[in-house]
Amino acid sequence: MLETHGLTANYGQFRALFGVDITVAAGECVAIIGANGAGKSTLMRSITGVLGNEPGMVLHRGEPIGALSSAEIMKRGIAMVPEGRRLFPSLTVEENLLVGGQARKVPGPWSLDTVYDLFPILRERRKSPGTALSGGQQQMVAIGRALMSNPELLLCDEISLGLAPVIIRDIYAALPRIREGGAAIVLVEQDIGKALAVADRVYCMMEGRVTLVAKAAEVAREQIHSAYFGVAA
Amino acid sequence: MYRMTTHTRAGAVTAISAPIFIVAALALPAVASRGVVQDLFFILTMLTLAQIWNLLAGYGGLVSVGQQAFVGIGAYAMFAGVILLGWNPVLAIPLGGLAALVLAVPTAFFAFRLQGAYFAIGTWVIAEVTRLLVAQWKALGGGTGTSLPREATSSILGTDAIRTLFGLREAAARDVLAYWLALALVVAVTGGIYWLLRSRLGLALAAVRDNVDAAQSVGVDTGRLRWAVFLIAAAATGLTGALVFLQTARISPGAAFAVTDWTANVIFIVVIGGIGTIEGPILGVLVFFALRSALADYGSWYLMTLGLIAVVVMLFAPKGLWGLIASRNGLHLFPARRRLTGPKIEGGI
Amino acid sequence: MIWLDILVQGILLGGLYALFAAGLSLVFGIMRLVNLAHGDLIILAAYLVLMGVTLLGLSPWIAALVAVPVMFALGWLLQAAVLNRVLGKDILPPLLVTFGLSVALQNGLLEVFSADSRRIPVGALEGASLDLGLVTVGIMPLMTFASAIVMIIGLNGLFYHTALGRAFRATSDDAVTAGLMGIEPKRIFAIATGIAMVVVTLAALYLGMRANFDPSIGPARLIYAFEAVIIGGLGSLWGTLAGGIIIGVAQTFGAALNPEWQILAGHIAFLAVMLLKPRGLFPRAVD
Ligand SMILES: Nc1ncnc2c1ncn2[C@@H]1O[C@H](COP(=O)(O)OP(=O)(O)OP(=O)(O)O)[C@@H](O)[C@H]1O
Ligand SMILES: [Mg+2]
Repeated sequence: MLETHGLTANYGQFRALFGVDITVAAGECVAIIGANGAGKSTLMRSITGVLGNEPGMVLHRGEPIGALSSAEIMKRGIAMVPEGRRLFPSLTVEENLLVGGQARKVPGPWSLDTVYDLFPILRERRKSPGTALSGGQQQMVAIGRALMSNPELLLCDEISLGLAPVIIRDIYAALPRIREGGAAIVLVEQDIGKALAVADRVYCMMEGRVTLVAKAAEVAREQIHSAYFGVAA
Repeated sequence: MYRMTTHTRAGAVTAISAPIFIVAALALPAVASRGVVQDLFFILTMLTLAQIWNLLAGYGGLVSVGQQAFVGIGAYAMFAGVILLGWNPVLAIPLGGLAALVLAVPTAFFAFRLQGAYFAIGTWVIAEVTRLLVAQWKALGGGTGTSLPREATSSILGTDAIRTLFGLREAAARDVLAYWLALALVVAVTGGIYWLLRSRLGLALAAVRDNVDAAQSVGVDTGRLRWAVFLIAAAATGLTGALVFLQTARISPGAAFAVTDWTANVIFIVVIGGIGTIEGPILGVLVFFALRSALADYGSWYLMTLGLIAVVVMLFAPKGLWGLIASRNGLHLFPARRRLTGPKIEGGI
Repeated sequence: MIWLDILVQGILLGGLYALFAAGLSLVFGIMRLVNLAHGDLIILAAYLVLMGVTLLGLSPWIAALVAVPVMFALGWLLQAAVLNRVLGKDILPPLLVTFGLSVALQNGLLEVFSADSRRIPVGALEGASLDLGLVTVGIMPLMTFASAIVMIIGLNGLFYHTALGRAFRATSDDAVTAGLMGIEPKRIFAIATGIAMVVVTLAALYLGMRANFDPSIGPARLIYAFEAVIIGGLGSLWGTLAGGIIIGVAQTFGAALNPEWQILAGHIAFLAVMLLKPRGLFPRAVD
């Protein structure tokens, strides 16, 4: 459903991606792991049009979307939970959720009600400013906000970052239900164990390149270790 | 092996040719007609104002739309020196610079409280307040303005010598004197800015313009630097204002505090020529003068055209005409940017 | 009693200044853009309404209604074709572009409509007044003030209770993330400037009906609008109304002391507020 072909990305003179090829099939859950600065977030930003690309570098259902704006890409059904959550501070929790669904109205499992069922605490805090919540609750809002557009593909950039283990468990518990809704998921993670537990396949990145592609169930620790750090274990 | 340098070959050419230019310009009144001297006076004073505004906005990030306050107060202070204190007009010019400096203190105090773009309108408000207050100054003609008295204009310091030197009449001699003073001022202002940019302060200034937070974190006292630049610019603008109205010998609040003449035109000169370079205003003032001469008969169409040209330049060539030239062939007549020189690095990107 | 009268006149005048200011405040709030041509756009709209009245024989209200879509389209185009190209981290380009537009617009109007003062004719309404016992107030100032209040309620409703308003606020917070929500920031900016021009048309209608105008008075309106916004504290339209009232009251009191002091008194009130409350009377908690 989504493919990148030789995807490159630059920040000014600095090249952050050197020809990345990944594919995501419909309904699949793919994990992307890698050390700090490997280029994972840059890959997410390139797919969602925050960083401009050449058209053919990103294909969605076979059509080139690399040069579209992020709004156009989102309307095609690719939603993102950005790194650092990035809630809108002047919007309440409920408004943050609503803003996620207002530009793309398609039938699907997700609505204000079902998001509140997924994360019940948000229903209680619906009138609070989004930024008045705890980190974990903010992460739930960010995920809910992305779900509101009933995406085909949900990109999650480090949804466990900076959260306590219990909260991470709650958030990860929501992922199977999101998959049941039919969305494919790309999970960017530092926490390899967590990622492998839910993913079908895994990509490992290092210094702007993909260093390993494997089925999550079959991959060996040593393989990951060398792909992650660039040295044999 | 590597050296930080601001040296360029064109810069060396400038260093040699600038004195020749200045000497030629000094001698020019011997052969030029009065009309030419007046035109050159206009060009030089506009260039001075443009260099000053460029220092504020292009280098200091202080986009002032209220420079007419300093032109006006400088001119009025000079008139006050002559009419109320009986000073010789030439000696009263520094009074203009001083008055502008004094006015700049409260102006900066208020305007620096306003962030970013609101700073611009803040300076404009102060200019309006100054204009309205000066219009209440009945001793200098209130709202209708006044002229320099005949006794004062006929005895301006130095005009007698110019009259005997070039065999001119009194009014023409006054123009020559004003022209020389304008030449001195523009050389001093341009040279001063050039020196400032090449000094350590120039680097600090660039840091302030580009990112105040970052500048603060590397230890540049941004607050004091902004104050210093603003005050110096005000004083120089006040001197220019005094000089301009010495030449016209007639003043009114409307003329002395005209936002179009002393700020809009100046901004257009800098934008069209190229903001953030010393060459830009020089090129800009020539283009401005040519347009003005060509379109002088078309009234307000002229200003409309000028405004639209500035908009188009900002949209399609934000570094102005000089920016286009410099990017074509890397020409820097006033090299102020630091560049690394030394053997070429192999295998670099 | 005369002082009470002056006070009431000043408050009502503040309504007009709030109308001038609301568009400026809206645009700044959403895209951090200060439009230096704002005052000249008010004057342009006033001429547009005037043309509707004199050339088409419409009543001023209908003429304004006709001018509204024209001004909206103009604002939309201005933003989409010009201002969106220069918006960015550097504040210099948008300032200089709008300054150039201001001068171009002012001189274009001068060329087309001459420097003569004009006024939008309103017939009997012009001199009509209402006796409130203690004071007598003009119908026209009263309507201006009421319109300002209705306009603020309307804009706040749009801002806080519609999907578009949500998009405005989201874009203002974080344009990149708004893009990830399917919101096209540049489109939002164009709509915002269009709406600002609708408010400008309303301001122009009252400006033109209450007093004479000519092409040169735009910058002064920009300054009053700016002062009202800053006094009120950025981000609150009710604060902007309060700012407008402060300038209006200062001006009427100044004028009562000496007609030459009217404008000056308004500016001095602004400077006094800046001195005492640099962030305005009702600053937003988060900036
Ligand atoms: N805005 C930016 N400007 C310049 N360089 C950037 C920018 N963002 C990221 N980079 C650089 O690009 C490279 C990849 O960064 P990226 O954020 O994609 O890494 P990441 O894999 O997401 O790391 P992390 O796990 O820390 O989030 C890094 O070297 C980083 O320094
Ligand atoms: Mg990252």
